[in-house]
Amino acid sequence: MEPTTHTIQLTLKPGQHDGDGHRVAAAAARHLGLATGRVRTAARYTVRYGALSTEQLRAFATRCLADPVLHDVTLNEAVAPVPGFAAYILVARGPGVTDDEGTSAQNALADFLNEPLDTHTQHIFSKRLYLLENDLPTADLRRLAEELLGNKMINRFEVGRVADGIRDYTPRPGGGAEAITETISLTGLSDGALVQLSKDNIYALNLEEMRAVRDYYAAADTQATRRAQGLPADPTDCELEIIAQTWSEHCKHKEFSAVINYRDLATGEEKQIDSLFKTYIKDATSEVDRQLRANGNDWLVKVFSDNAGAVRINADSLFVWKVETHNSPSAIDPYGGAITGILGNNRDPLATGIGGARLLFNTNVLCFGNPDYDGPLLTGQLHPRRILEGVRKGIEDGGNKSGVPTVNGAIVFDDRYRGKPLVYCGTGAVMPMQFAGLDSWEKKIDAGDRIVMAGGRVGKDGIHGATFSSIELDESAPATAVQIGSPITQKLAMDFLLLAARRGLLKCSTDNGAGGLSSSVGELAGISGGAVVELEKVPLKYPGLRPWEIFVSESQERFTLVVEPGRMAELLALGQEMEVELTDIGHFTNDGSLDVNFDGQPVARLALEFLHDGVPRKTLAAEYEKPVATEPAIPAQTDYTDTLRQLLGALNICSREAVIRQYDHEVKGRTIVKPLMGATGQAPQDAAVVRFNFESWEGVAVSNGILPRYGDLDAYQMSAGSFDEAVRQIIAVGGKLPNLTPGDGIFWSVNDNFCVPDSVYDPAINPDGKQKLAKLVQMCEALRDATAAYCIPLTSGKDSMKNDFKADGVKISVPPTVLYSMTAKMEDVRRAITSDFKEPGDVVYLLGETYDELGGSEFYALHGELGAQVPQVRFAEAKALYTLIGQANDGALIQSCHDLSDGGLAVALAEATFGYGCGASVELPATGLSLAAQLFSESHSRFVATVAPADVVAFEALLGGRATRLGTVTDDGQLAVRHAGQTVIGAPTTELRHTWSNGPVNQLLGVDELAGFGETTGH
Amino acid sequence: MAQDSQELVHKVQLSAQDSAVRALVLTGFGINCEEEIAAAYRLAGAQATIVHLNQVLHGAVSIHDFDVLTFPGGFSFGDDLGSGVVLANKLRYRQTGPGGRTLLDDIKQFVADGKFVLGICNGFQVLVKLGLLPNLGGDVTPEVTLTHNASGRYEDRWVRLRVHPRTTTPFLKGLDVLEVPVRHGEGRLVVPDAATRGALEAAGLNCLSYIDAAGDGTSEYPHNPNGADLNCAGLTDPTGQVFGLMPHPEAFLSAFNHPDWARRRRQNPGAPEEGEGLRIFRNIVEHIAQKHSVLAS
Repeated sequence: MEPTTHTIQLTLKPGQHDGDGHRVAAAAARHLGLATGRVRTAARYTVRYGALSTEQLRAFATRCLADPVLHDVTLNEAVAPVPGFAAYILVARGPGVTDDEGTSAQNALADFLNEPLDTHTQHIFSKRLYLLENDLPTADLRRLAEELLGNKMINRFEVGRVADGIRDYTPRPGGGAEAITETISLTGLSDGALVQLSKDNIYALNLEEMRAVRDYYAAADTQATRRAQGLPADPTDCELEIIAQTWSEHCKHKEFSAVINYRDLATGEEKQIDSLFKTYIKDATSEVDRQLRANGNDWLVKVFSDNAGAVRINADSLFVWKVETHNSPSAIDPYGGAITGILGNNRDPLATGIGGARLLFNTNVLCFGNPDYDGPLLTGQLHPRRILEGVRKGIEDGGNKSGVPTVNGAIVFDDRYRGKPLVYCGTGAVMPMQFAGLDSWEKKIDAGDRIVMAGGRVGKDGIHGATFSSIELDESAPATAVQIGSPITQKLAMDFLLLAARRGLLKCSTDNGAGGLSSSVGELAGISGGAVVELEKVPLKYPGLRPWEIFVSESQERFTLVVEPGRMAELLALGQEMEVELTDIGHFTNDGSLDVNFDGQPVARLALEFLHDGVPRKTLAAEYEKPVATEPAIPAQTDYTDTLRQLLGALNICSREAVIRQYDHEVKGRTIVKPLMGATGQAPQDAAVVRFNFESWEGVAVSNGILPRYGDLDAYQMSAGSFDEAVRQIIAVGGKLPNLTPGDGIFWSVNDNFCVPDSVYDPAINPDGKQKLAKLVQMCEALRDATAAYCIPLTSGKDSMKNDFKADGVKISVPPTVLYSMTAKMEDVRRAITSDFKEPGDVVYLLGETYDELGGSEFYALHGELGAQVPQVRFAEAKALYTLIGQANDGALIQSCHDLSDGGLAVALAEATFGYGCGASVELPATGLSLAAQLFSESHSRFVATVAPADVVAFEALLGGRATRLGTVTDDGQLAVRHAGQTVIGAPTTELRHTWSNGPVNQLLGVDELAGFGETTGH
Repeated sequence: MAQDSQELVHKVQLSAQDSAVRALVLTGFGINCEEEIAAAYRLAGAQATIVHLNQVLHGAVSIHDFDVLTFPGGFSFGDDLGSGVVLANKLRYRQTGPGGRTLLDDIKQFVADGKFVLGICNGFQVLVKLGLLPNLGGDVTPEVTLTHNASGRYEDRWVRLRVHPRTTTPFLKGLDVLEVPVRHGEGRLVVPDAATRGALEAAGLNCLSYIDAAGDGTSEYPHNPNGADLNCAGLTDPTGQVFGLMPHPEAFLSAFNHPDWARRRRQNPGAPEEGEGLRIFRNIVEHIAQKHSVLAS
């Protein structure tokens, strides 16, 4: 029997503030130029539940859904138009799209009725109704709906005149397509046909790879084996999907493993690189590990071999650290892309080793196009402002709702990110060394162990995510590649995993991310030597999925658990108690093959050896030609105060407070250095510091280095500089370099994340591919040199190789970008140093040397110039300085320390005054440098630090020539910079802070005036 | 399902004879501040047990074995229907025992027994949606509500609070001004009418107010971060045993949590390393311990 459909609508009582309505009206006017008049919002729930009487419905609506203080409730026919509103927009969700609000309402209904309501069938559908005062035409309503209120990839909209009646939309349950498995013949296919097949089915495999698959199936022994096992001669759709997923660039890193023939066009030098990963990352870390161990520092426990790297904090616990990107999904659905990015990255440390680490913090680095971009948009391209707002909201919900603090991050703007944004998500976690007597970081699997899927159910969301992110984006991006995250589902699964691990119920675990079960089971099967999956057991969100779709679906919030048969009963009971769905979907074997069955019939059987090692190795060409660059002639000025103001208000320097404050950066109560500090709460910090627990003062410093602009001049120095930036940020907050003394136990754990445009040469579609690949090689060389210089190991990382957006015959490519995300142990977080000036009378120093290196600087960007002389990293000098700063901190000689980066010395000095409103009186030394270079050069490895008068002698004796005394902190609230007797910068620091905190980012997000906490008190 | 099994064993061994203050901290379904609240109770000298909500709903753990029941912050059930709504609904309607008994019935009994209930952020929202706060009428029906901040945004920022001079709750004993962070999107207290406002004021149930730099109650953003009526950040019931607040005292257990800690410690190197937020937990633990010792003697 078709259940009765009821509608419940909640509207705000007259006089109640409709904040959502106000925001929609303001945003429509501001971003779309549409005059909506007043906007009123309402929540709508469609209830399809058979046994519900009207009286029960009314009671449920008024007692469970409505807030008696805020809402009026209307039911069914009584849902009548509101007088005074001419137009409406109804925002519903498409079929199969996660509806957490509907699920919550369903939960409430079950509690209300005291019935065990089946929460796996959707009975309640939530929607939002917007009523507009003005009678806007349909086209405008649709634009408002699609650009402000939802995303047509996931939402369904109904718009129109209220007078014509409000049309509703409720998704119907799935259509029940048959669970068919087809075979696809590759026999005799031409090269062209193979390539076309790969493209049509989004396999993202190239010709050589398709040939390898064809040849594997054509081989006599494959044929014989398949015949013997009763398998069809041709590959099944499921087998091809598994191969495509396993061999995808996303999962296999084929370009980082390729043979590269490199040629420097200027010098004629040629060399062959046998895998970027092996040469510059893995081998470099092995060498670092050797040096560490030689010096009694054996804290490097797990590198490159699991979901996340692990280092030892102390005898009892490990620190687990992972950073990934989620770029392609964020380009087409910014909110969904970012939230699944966070949740997906969280699952990596959660499911490292046995699994069950406690998450400690998140950090996010985002690259966007200019949000004020006013050029044309290509088909399928979202405006940078929308991407920024959607990604920001996704991070807010992904972090906050998981109870994981977002302790720091960065936002980089460059118009080349307007096609594909970069969304880097990092998560740190703490894991005990042992669970129930077993080493927590080990993944052990034996034949006979059960395969258990835990968490969310499987739908069509995220099908082809792994292969889709391995190709460039174009206007035909598949809607099914979008995944919708449900932080609450994951939180339940996470709580469960923590407890299951501590009770010794898990042998190990992994997450279901890109590639879904195909990837997680396929990889785990490599440990035992095989696996059998019974696909019909996998719980679905709705019927109508083909077997191959079930296997590769990337539906979120799922873990794959490995469980000894004897532990199953206890595990299942715990899952039931904690309301986490667990399903036994098969077992591990050691027969060398991955078997996938549906209803007892084989849908795939693949030899693991071919699956994991059969992909042909790529050979790629790289050619380096140094870009032609010249230094601009910018007339010297005598007063740079206005220049400083312009820099403080520049997109890449201005305050991100409106973004930062919407992230919870202190849940868990362990955050010691937050993104913004000081009495004003507005002084920007260089790195976060988080303590591990409440019993000790041990903690970790977290930083991010990213400098894509410099790559236009010198890819090597860009990469080296990014690495140094992250190191010096940790030094600035009081961290120390590793391995300086035997057995000091100061762990460092670094993730590298390369995001580059398509770097595979193709004369037609990628004519400058060789140059791009050469840049990538140089970036990797810098990475190797940096790890060796500082003795800092990489523990995990990721590469994203196709960051291009193509539509309407136009390609927008990101600049080659690398992010180094660093963590380092802090022995005592109470000794952390913050960036803001503390007391008048303290002496201000510049630490490190300034060079004439304005190339790629924000100062040049202000003048529309790039310049030539890019900042160079001088590793030996930098290491010596960082070592001295560590010694100064041991003696508690430093009161504040801020690293110099965008905008150079002038910006750093200004920012250091923002915490309390102190002034500073500074005299620049006589050097051979121009005034502009002294103020704005972005030379690396430098700091502004302050020292209490009593410590000046000791500090200068220690730092010697590495510290240049600039002046003192003052109580007059003025920043005064003099050079050769002349004032070259002079301004009240409150005014500078105002300029900085009312910059374009805070303006964009609608923060009119950000008054700081307690800023007028305390003097 | 205590989060650490040895703690549960510990609790059971001690339960009969020990006079330790026993704090129950609920978790599960999106609650996410349970660890720091448990740490707060422990630092204050109590025995804290983190228990999954279903353990209580299914009868495996009884709230009556504890002295103080705590609803931590977080996003219970995702907060999709409004903060705290689904959890409040579950406590009110889900039958846990014979005769249609609900957990709310147990909580009423718990309060009638002279015990204490604390709700922070999402936990405060739950107590308000349930009607346990402010409970002017004594019949546990919702009288006020908490809804979206006037700014329309979730925000993490530090605020300054003043304790109402007429409050009687032991949680706030001896406190006048307090600095703590808020981290919420739905913290604006709405009091529907003047009569309710008057009644709250008269009894001092609006026990915490957001204040400005001069120390006066304020409706100005950002000192009042959400635009709450009465500038109110926290409520008690008329007994003072039930206390809820939007800000997070458990996020200020250490002096090093404050955004200005570095300068403050420079000025006053000998200052205690404890955070101000811990005082609320010390207050209630001392109060209960005192009651226990009176009973014992």
